[in-house]
Amino acid sequence: MSQIVKVLLFMFSCVLTNNYIFSRFLGVCPFLGVSGKVETAFGMGLAVTFVMTLASLFTYFVYYWVLVPMGLKYLSTIAFILVIASLVQVVEMFLKKSAPSLYSALGIYLPLITTNCAVLGVTLLNITEEYNLLYSVLNGTFGALGFLLAIVLMAGVRERLETAKIPAAFKGFPISLVIAGLMSMAFMGFSNMFAGVM
Amino acid sequence: MAVLLKILFAVAALGGLGVLFGFVLGFMGKKFAVKVDERVQAVRSAVAGANCGACGYAGCDAFAEAVVKGEADPNGCTPGGAKTAKAIAEIMGVDAGDVEPMVARVRCQGTCENVSARTDYSGIPSCRAASGISGGPTACEFGCVGLGDCVARCPFGAIRLEDGVAVIDEDLCTGCGVCVETCPRGIIQLLPRDQTIVVMCRNKAIGRIARLQCKTACVGCKRCEKQCPSDSIHVKDGVAIIDETTCTRCGACIQVCPMHCIVNFYEREETAEEA
Repeated sequence: MSQIVKVLLFMFSCVLTNNYIFSRFLGVCPFLGVSGKVETAFGMGLAVTFVMTLASLFTYFVYYWVLVPMGLKYLSTIAFILVIASLVQVVEMFLKKSAPSLYSALGIYLPLITTNCAVLGVTLLNITEEYNLLYSVLNGTFGALGFLLAIVLMAGVRERLETAKIPAAFKGFPISLVIAGLMSMAFMGFSNMFAGVM
Repeated sequence: MAVLLKILFAVAALGGLGVLFGFVLGFMGKKFAVKVDERVQAVRSAVAGANCGACGYAGCDAFAEAVVKGEADPNGCTPGGAKTAKAIAEIMGVDAGDVEPMVARVRCQGTCENVSARTDYSGIPSCRAASGISGGPTACEFGCVGLGDCVARCPFGAIRLEDGVAVIDEDLCTGCGVCVETCPRGIIQLLPRDQTIVVMCRNKAIGRIARLQCKTACVGCKRCEKQCPSDSIHVKDGVAIIDETTCTRCGACIQVCPMHCIVNFYEREETAEEA
């Protein structure tokens, strides 16, 4: 199989079959917290995409250029957190300057990208799966796009729920969790989709 | 030695990365610096700072910004009271206006002695959860559940549970109104501090049933209504309520109430102190 087809398949599998929220269950906190409106969900998704892509890139260099030569592989988690925290700070400053409305809409969830386990999950998975630089960055970008897809879909559903008649006991988070579970089951339909070709 | 060197190596590597990122962040911070109105900072340090949300904004930061923008009144910070309003007005160079000191009052006397338990509730210790299940754990479905949602939410630690009923320490209460929002039964009300006469019941059931549910329930007999010289107490939905704008605090209603559910808070505190 040609290299290009392989890369394309990898991208799709990151978004659909290995969706960080629905099949790996990482990054669920912002998924539930910021999915009230499509607009802010989209902003959150973009911020996470930015952080995840750059985190994959930087952690690759930090790991293979600094940690591996110095024999400090065991420090990868803390070093990656350092990278991610700095990146989030940069994103925060950037958004505060260029998109104040998005900045205030994201609120506390923006600095919380630091502790978004999907971001740390991507960087650590890149190492354990032994991806090269291209695949690491692709994993970061398209994993995050999968996150974006999930959170925007969720926000769309939740916007419609606003006007729906829901039993009092299910209002708010309970119904959101039920929906998250249903969406996760729907995404299970994608599993093994590329098993035959990859 | 080798182990020490290894540790030093690790420290140097992480420290080096940290310093490097620090420099990058410092540079970015300069580049993306946003100018903040210094009055926002000044107002922010003048308010009470409990993030209670009584002003109607997302927090003290949001309130400070709104004040500087001219959207919020300088006297919007209820917990801060007149002092804060004055300080903010000085920063903004406007007149503060009057702030009536408010206090939250729990309108229920449903102690364990007065109200019997209806169910043996052992679920989540939260008033909101408990009151959602078939009318709640107490015989009276209007009164204090006594599981302390308000106690947990009060940003000033002014509420405690006493014998199954929430009691507010009026010295600590700032009138922010968080408990008013929290209470699933809606029995807590913000009242002017000098409105000491309060109907201590929200039971809307008809008299006969109310009497069965609680020893000190308002039965809606309207004796207070007839006695009031200023026409400021009325039975509405089966329960008496005082209009604090016209009440003269004469206390005539307290004398005639057969259920002893109208209380003068001033006297109540005095007796509590004596005891």
